[in-house]
Amino acid sequence: MARKKRETPGINSSSTADMAFILLIFFLITTSMDTDKGLARRLPPPPDPSQKQQDNVIVKERNVLQVRLNKDNQLMVGSEYMEVGQLKAKAKEFIANPNNDENLPEKHVKNIPLLGGECMVTEKHVISVTNDVGTSYQAYIDVQNELVAAYNELRDELSKAKFGQLYAELEEDQQKAIRDFYPQKISEAEPKKYGGK
Amino acid sequence: MGKFNKSGKRGMPELNTSSLPDLIFSLLFFFMMITTMREVTLKVQFRAPQGTELEKLEKKSLVTFIYIGKPTAQFQKQMGSETRIQLNDKFEDVSAVQDYIYQERENMKEEDQPFMTVSLKVDKETKMGIVTDVKQALRQAYALNINYSATQRQ
Repeated sequence: MARKKRETPGINSSSTADMAFILLIFFLITTSMDTDKGLARRLPPPPDPSQKQQDNVIVKERNVLQVRLNKDNQLMVGSEYMEVGQLKAKAKEFIANPNNDENLPEKHVKNIPLLGGECMVTEKHVISVTNDVGTSYQAYIDVQNELVAAYNELRDELSKAKFGQLYAELEEDQQKAIRDFYPQKISEAEPKKYGGK
Repeated sequence: MGKFNKSGKRGMPELNTSSLPDLIFSLLFFFMMITTMREVTLKVQFRAPQGTELEKLEKKSLVTFIYIGKPTAQFQKQMGSETRIQLNDKFEDVSAVQDYIYQERENMKEEDQPFMTVSLKVDKETKMGIVTDVKQALRQAYALNINYSATQRQ
């Protein structure tokens, strides 16, 4: 008597949502959102042939840090050999000039209201990176990376001291003030042959 | 008494699955949006160099790619194993870089043109000579925002 009334129940599909969620989570974990990362740089504009005469800007020797890479990926900073690992400390010392050294970049007064008015800034410093034709790209990127790291650390230190936050967490205008204090000046000179045949 | 109706047939109530297709579609659209289609097939070997201080490359529509590296195995017969430049789907010389930039800039919206960024995807074994040549060409073409593509060092 019970057999007559029984119908085939529909397939219970209440769990399909769960299955879909499992799929979703699986894909969320496995897909690497292919974000391109890299070192951003700005190239200098092309030399203007008509203005060649006035172009020789005199830069004082103490304001320039020469970073040279030869074809065997050896690094020379200033006048001494160096490993890539030491470059960051050297660059930081050069950029900030904490002890007002005679041989390190001169400081100029600059008015940055957010950092408390007049600041002594090594405004005119330039880090000049020169590479050989035979330098490997990885070595070049290593050097660029260390230099950017030096700037980033200095900016972080300054913003910690002034605002109690890391540079990346600051407001837009605060970041600009920090950038004014430590402007990033990495110049890329024309390639020359160093230590070649 | 009348509250609990024991005598009626006990069937499982059917779940309303009419929204299930919507769910699947939303999933589909989600993945369609996040996947970036690779527009060009790589013809050169590209192993990114490593760095630690990397910035994200924003706004894909403003970015033009230049690949530099040795041709992949299947192209080495025709092209040799010298380092080559790949623009779009073709191997090109340094002299073609400038025209390529002009052309790409032409294809952009006018208000976007000043923000054009060139991403250099250079193999880490490459010698700097060719990279410098490309950089000079970019300067001549006034494509001054560049980005050295790299991966995060662990």
